[in-house]
Amino acid sequence: MNHREALLTGLLRVADDHLILGHRVSEWCGHAPMLEEDLALPNIALDLLGQARALYTYAGEVEGQGRTEDDLAYLRREREYRNLLLVERPNGDFAHTMLKQLYFSSFMQLWWTAACGSADATIAGISAKAVKESAYHVRHSAEWVIRLGDGTQESAARMAQAVEDLAPYVDEMFAPDDVGSTLAPQMLPDNPALRASWDAQIATVFSEATIEPHVPRASISGGRDGRHGEEMGFLLTELQYMQRSYPGAQW
Amino acid sequence: MNVEDLGILRSVDLIDGVAVAKVTPTYSGCPAVLAIEFAIEAALRDAGFEARIERVISPPWTTDWITPEGREKLRAYGIAPPVKGAGKGSLFSDPVIACPQCGSEDTERVSEFGSTACKALWRCRSCAEPFDYFKCI
Repeated sequence: MNHREALLTGLLRVADDHLILGHRVSEWCGHAPMLEEDLALPNIALDLLGQARALYTYAGEVEGQGRTEDDLAYLRREREYRNLLLVERPNGDFAHTMLKQLYFSSFMQLWWTAACGSADATIAGISAKAVKESAYHVRHSAEWVIRLGDGTQESAARMAQAVEDLAPYVDEMFAPDDVGSTLAPQMLPDNPALRASWDAQIATVFSEATIEPHVPRASISGGRDGRHGEEMGFLLTELQYMQRSYPGAQW
Repeated sequence: MNVEDLGILRSVDLIDGVAVAKVTPTYSGCPAVLAIEFAIEAALRDAGFEARIERVISPPWTTDWITPEGREKLRAYGIAPPVKGAGKGSLFSDPVIACPQCGSEDTERVSEFGSTACKALWRCRSCAEPFDYFKCI
């Protein structure tokens, strides 16, 4: 892997996280438990897609083969997507979705903050914009995790179940990155170094929410190398439908 | 209210006879960006210029770039203008937002996300009117 390939892989991993999670969040449109959330969730999905677009556009430039953001988003095969398994997980109930949002947005807030200092001016520029948006995502999901965790017996039980169900997908966010060793220093954040701050932030929210931290469990990974769960195929079928049915369609 | 009031239009320069307008999105995923760019391009062409639009994201747009006139126009329209520095990191606290209708500071947040990504939904406890708040970023 040379420097250009490593940068391309690193960018695609983050771009894919945002595209796939943006698609998942958008599935709530019209199904959220209250009107305010029906407005909030598509707005968050839109932020995630906007961030994905900026990253794909730059990934296409880095690759230098003339691929556009649309080519990268819609015209790759499942094994070519490098997103975390966490973001492709089905939405489950509202508690499950909000905990997933808290995990990912807290991770990205740290990631974007670190990437604001990237030696690459484009990455720094995208990050300076995205970090401000992700602050709102953290707040939104943290408030819901607290409200549900410290809510009724039913909501607390559902939040406890979400903590249990998502536990295996946490470690993958902070796994040592094989592209990091190839890249020049200060290009992309060092994910393992973000773990301590993430743990502290989640612990603060859990304490407020009266949620027991999850017991450490065997983690599941593979997304960064293109090995996905069976849910991913269904997601991509819907996501790519238009471009597969009407190749080259534009509007 | 225009794109200059909002700080979205960065600059317009005449370069080799072409009017080059630099435009910045408020939010990464703002769906209005393309429509705004088309409108600026059309306005430049209508004024007799050959026009080109360049989208720039760095330095990132901030609500601090909304001009004093722009803030007043937002308020007159019924949208509470952003409170400076309110977007900074704190997890649980809210800024004090004055109701754009009656001016009361006895207001509450209904939802962090309103009808668009750049706005939150608030309600005034004094006059009971709901209103949009332009979020600080």
